[in-house]
Amino acid sequence: MTADALGADSVPRLGRGVRLKDDAARGGWVLLAPERVLVLDDTAHAVLQRLDGKRTVRDIADSLAAEYDAPGGAILRDSLALLRDLAAKGLVKT
Amino acid sequence: MGMLAELTHRCPLSCPYCSNPLELERAAGELTTEEWLWTIDEAADLGVLQIHFSGGEPTVRRDLERLIARARERDVYSNLITAGVLLDRRRIDALAAAGLEHVQLSLQDSRSASADAIGGYRGGHEKKLAVAGMVRAAGLPLTINAVVHRQNLHRLEELIDLSVALGAERLEVAHVQYYGWAYANRAALMPTRDQLDRATDTVEAARDRLKGILGIDYVVPDYYARRPKACMGGWGRRFVNVTPVGKVLPCHAAESITDMTFEAVRERPLAAIWEDGPAFERFRGTGWMAEPCRSCDRREVDFGGCRCQAFALTGDAAATDPACSLSPRHGHMVALAKSESGADRRDFVYRSMSRREHFGRGSSAVLRPPADGSGSPEK
Repeated sequence: MTADALGADSVPRLGRGVRLKDDAARGGWVLLAPERVLVLDDTAHAVLQRLDGKRTVRDIADSLAAEYDAPGGAILRDSLALLRDLAAKGLVKT
Repeated sequence: MGMLAELTHRCPLSCPYCSNPLELERAAGELTTEEWLWTIDEAADLGVLQIHFSGGEPTVRRDLERLIARARERDVYSNLITAGVLLDRRRIDALAAAGLEHVQLSLQDSRSASADAIGGYRGGHEKKLAVAGMVRAAGLPLTINAVVHRQNLHRLEELIDLSVALGAERLEVAHVQYYGWAYANRAALMPTRDQLDRATDTVEAARDRLKGILGIDYVVPDYYARRPKACMGGWGRRFVNVTPVGKVLPCHAAESITDMTFEAVRERPLAAIWEDGPAFERFRGTGWMAEPCRSCDRREVDFGGCRCQAFALTGDAAATDPACSLSPRHGHMVALAKSESGADRRDFVYRSMSRREHFGRGSSAVLRPPADGSGSPEK
């Protein structure tokens, strides 16, 4: 599935050879992928940590909204933008 | 931060653009397993996030599994950069079981005859195709690395299609960078401007067509650039290279700069060498720069380009990289590319341990290809 097709009901997961890592030396989380490293902000980390190959983007946004007591619509929009960007880079699959 | 771990300079292939230095290290001087293990520990402590196990051909080391396992234990991402020809299913499974996370497999061309001639290894291409399948069967992500130049660029489309057929997620299309062996073979490798433009169009079209299927990284050749690349993302900023004998370099080609002082992991801890070693201090930051770099608003974008290239083409490692159009030597570089790409030169100096004494950096001496005739890429 292409990045454009990733929607609220998609079930995203990290691509093959892609994983999260706690970067102790610099502080914060990074996404490790074949021959690249992406530095994650707290929001991106919170979303990616929840990719389990079962939950939809909407499920993930709902759980974040509940946990952070934040507006669900804005979180869903931000989550979709992040995941589409990573899908375009081949780092997230559906 | 990434580390290139060059486990050995031994390799069954002898590609004429090999990134190893002209002075190849022999097996006897290589770091032992224990020395590599402590180096991996020191790298993890220093904050290295990815280790690229390379060479030479890293799979000639029987302790590769142990080194990968140590990286995994330390939560460092491991990448294997291999020519593939020594691998079989059992070894690949063992590497995967040890925790290997990604494989980068080189192809010299899309067709056997030409690929085997460029690599100087008969039967290599067919073996690589089989190995790609084994890598995928083991569940490992696969990147194909294709070094491109005048003698294979016309088959770039085929290389892209082949990468898709092999199940690769990524393809690196890397134009030859001219240091070391490639510098000695420049006249036989330099693409024409027209070839380069067509290759760039081909890559852009394929990226569109293969979105979500194959990601393509594209390394352009400096000789036709207007601005230099930010080599290594800036000297001593995010990359460290450890050679087979444990020398710690800011870039894998740094030994081509003849007046550098390198320290080794046998002498000092990796972190200390990184922190204040003379090789790292020499070109770190912007303080070393002269004009036109010093006052340039791109000085922290490209960091003055490549030190090795500056040295190779001007004799001064602190000069502006001639790939930059602001360099007084830029015109000379463009002229070199034009004249050499237009010449009908196809013979290579093959990388080897035994022939290194026959020529030096920048020498125009060219040795004959192997006597069996496999040296002709167009065969």
